[in-house]
Amino acid sequence: MPTTMSTTAKTLESLANREYKWGFVSDIEADTLQPGLDEDVIRLISAKKQEPEFMLEWRLRAYRHWVNMERTAGAPKWANVKHPPIDYQQIVYYSAPKRASEGPASLDQVDPRLLETFEKLGIPLAEQKRLAGVAVDAVFDSVSVATTFKEKLAELGIIFCSFSEAVRSHPDLVQKYLGSVVPYTDNFYATLNSAVFSDGSFCYIPKGVRCPMELSTYFRINTAGSGQFERTLIVAEEGSYVSYLEGCTAPRRDENQLHAAVVELIAQEGAQIKYSTVQNWYAGDAEGRGGIFNFVTKRGKCAGRGARISWTQVETGSAITWKYPSVILQGDDSVGEFYSVALTANRQQADTGTKMIHIGTNTRSTIISKGISAGRGNNTYRGLVKILPRAHHARNYTQCDSLLLGDRCGAHTFPYIEVGNASSVAEHEASTSKISDEQLFYCKQRGLSGDNAVSMIINGFCKEVFKNLPMEFAVEATKLLGVSLEGSIG
Amino acid sequence: MAALTTTKDRYLAEFEALERQGALRSPSWLTPLRRSALARFAAAGFPTTRDEDWRYTNLAPLVASAFRPAEGVAAVGLLPTTLERLSVGATGWPRLVFVNGRYSARHSSPGPLPVGVRLSSLAEAMTIDGDVVARHLARHAGWDANVFADLSTAFARDGAFLHLPAKTSSETPIELLFVATTPGVLAQPRILVVAGPHSRATVVEHYVGLTDDAYFTNAVTEVVAGPGASLDHYTLQEQGAGAFHVATVHAALEGDSAFSACAATFGGRLNRTTLTLRFGGESGQGALSGLYVVGGHQHVDHHVTVDHAVPRCSSRQLYKGVLDGSARAVFNGRVIVRPDAQKTDANQTNKHLLLSDGVEVDSKPQLEIFANDVKCTHGAAEGQLAPEAIFYLRSRGLADATARTLLTLGFAREIVDRIAVEPIRAYLDGTLRARLRAARATKEMS
Repeated sequence: MPTTMSTTAKTLESLANREYKWGFVSDIEADTLQPGLDEDVIRLISAKKQEPEFMLEWRLRAYRHWVNMERTAGAPKWANVKHPPIDYQQIVYYSAPKRASEGPASLDQVDPRLLETFEKLGIPLAEQKRLAGVAVDAVFDSVSVATTFKEKLAELGIIFCSFSEAVRSHPDLVQKYLGSVVPYTDNFYATLNSAVFSDGSFCYIPKGVRCPMELSTYFRINTAGSGQFERTLIVAEEGSYVSYLEGCTAPRRDENQLHAAVVELIAQEGAQIKYSTVQNWYAGDAEGRGGIFNFVTKRGKCAGRGARISWTQVETGSAITWKYPSVILQGDDSVGEFYSVALTANRQQADTGTKMIHIGTNTRSTIISKGISAGRGNNTYRGLVKILPRAHHARNYTQCDSLLLGDRCGAHTFPYIEVGNASSVAEHEASTSKISDEQLFYCKQRGLSGDNAVSMIINGFCKEVFKNLPMEFAVEATKLLGVSLEGSIG
Repeated sequence: MAALTTTKDRYLAEFEALERQGALRSPSWLTPLRRSALARFAAAGFPTTRDEDWRYTNLAPLVASAFRPAEGVAAVGLLPTTLERLSVGATGWPRLVFVNGRYSARHSSPGPLPVGVRLSSLAEAMTIDGDVVARHLARHAGWDANVFADLSTAFARDGAFLHLPAKTSSETPIELLFVATTPGVLAQPRILVVAGPHSRATVVEHYVGLTDDAYFTNAVTEVVAGPGASLDHYTLQEQGAGAFHVATVHAALEGDSAFSACAATFGGRLNRTTLTLRFGGESGQGALSGLYVVGGHQHVDHHVTVDHAVPRCSSRQLYKGVLDGSARAVFNGRVIVRPDAQKTDANQTNKHLLLSDGVEVDSKPQLEIFANDVKCTHGAAEGQLAPEAIFYLRSRGLADATARTLLTLGFAREIVDRIAVEPIRAYLDGTLRARLRAARATKEMS
């Protein structure tokens, strides 16, 4: 069928040629350290952020551990990704937009060019508050610029602020929970993050409170050669509920930038945390030059009975994505979920998946992963389902499907299933296919253009994941996939 | 670590000793292969659980024990009745018998075979069928850094050789019986099957242990299927309770050929099978299956790699395990679809029935796909007998234990029922039933 062939060819061409829409650089005076990393840099970061002593101690312990890791084993090599070695002495570890000694009291005091940047990003801030009903803690090169809706949330006892602020105003909570899910010794990148993290978000939902709005952070890397190391900590006390959104973009640059974030979630008895990510970091150009190395550690702990943590991610950006949002199902009857769409086009590489560690009895986990590969992209699902001997009656269902949109791309599945008792059930299903000529033919004979048909089929392929995203994000995710397939959909 | 080094050194010293005695005297083409295999083994040593391919199988108990190659065929006489009992097929089947890894001519009956078909011990084949053996022996297995294949190549001196010239076919299956009688022995049988264009045969490898003490079998089978050839390969493993059984099977398929492998595992303490199927020509077909019914502290590890290097091949994998006691099963299935291997159709299924709380299953079904016009699926499931099914059978008047045995049998029969050769199917069915009966008796006693 020559027409189908041409449609597919066109789709592929558009994928290969897709431009990065968010690739502008904001020219804002930044307070930037010289590149390089040693104990002094860490002391300086900590001092600049006016951190209490325990924080500096923790950072230094992490740093010393990391130095040891780098000297011995080095960065992990097991992932199915290839990249040149990273020179950690060439990275700028702290970059903050310069501002008056006192932080802005309101949005009006924020640099208008910065607000303009947010406007371009189209994130809901300022006047978009009302429209979207979203409270945003925008992280712009490492320092939280504006936190909205804070007062409204404070009435309910919810703390939602930048990580730096939390360290200063709620040191007891930070000290109690920081590193309790991802210890500073966890892995190479998490350890590095623990030493140098600059900012991030902190969120605390008190007992029995249902957070009335979706909380959101928007990350963006601006300064050339700067790494972004943010740290997010969300604590949901007994019976509380929170839905958290995270979105990421970065300007286009020819060199690679490292992004090594850590996210920790703690859900106490009966609490529920829903964490959604739309990741659209700069992916590099068609030849694979530039782009973000997105090496992220995300882990949640269902600490109490009946707790529930759900990760939803749409990964369309980054030159390399290396992340495994995981759930430790410690409390009996707790539930972990992972819904993921990962798209790799051009020369993008993704090695992503999840870990579900069943410790409590009657724990349940669901994994739905959809990988789309195009161009010369390589997409890997890597997941672990571990059911410990005493996790009686645990239940897991895993489904990972791959869609291949070209003959030079790759789709790989590496599931690890470890079952340690006989009352548990684990199921895994996976399939790999392309968009069939029959599917396209059917759509076209119903009057759809080839491009619309491809778009519709891809959206259908991702539907199970998208339906778990909050509405605004679902729209954005669909749009992002649309951008990736630009040319084939109007 | 020290133990690993000394064990490795012991094997290296053994090699030197055998070579000095002239026991490894071999054709000139084999010597460099031996040497390089030994060098690879010397460099790598035995794998540990830190190696990704061995993360779930701990070889420490194997490495900690001392095993030595058997000195010639032991004087142990195998009674004709014992042989009869151990035979899978009818008396008319061509049969080679190996005792402790060494060919036993007096127990074997390598005929009758169609004209042109060669079945002999490997040692004999090296002199008589030099060309064919030289072209294929140690040229296929061990492509993927396999220390055990290297160990086998370094020490290769005995085993079985089957050659089917073009368009020949052996209607009766060929049985290779490996009997272990002596504790502490290292048996390294080497099997080479070369099937010419459009030939057909069925080969049964049957491993039996007459001792429950520790011994070590390191078997390597290389199968080469020419264009249009069709080969069915069965492995029945009934090793003794203390046995270490490591098997490497490599099948290289040319265009339009078909290969099926069915491995049934009942015995042994530590079992590892590394099976590789490589399609070298278009329109090849592979059907791989395995059934393991184990209990106690038995460990069964299947590492299956199917390499779709060329377009239009299809592969099926079905591995099922029944685990009781504190048994542990490992399954690592890997399907590779290389760039341009379009129209590949690959399917992989791994299921475990878990009968006791002490069991552990580690399953890793992997797909690595570099071509887009393909159909690849895999599935894995770990679970127990459905309470509804047990309830149904009990409501029909069956005792609980009977209902469970019946359902377990049903789970395993999916593999057994696929076997086309009646005597093999019957033998396997009988072994399976006996095994489940024994397991039930043990449970009822405790």
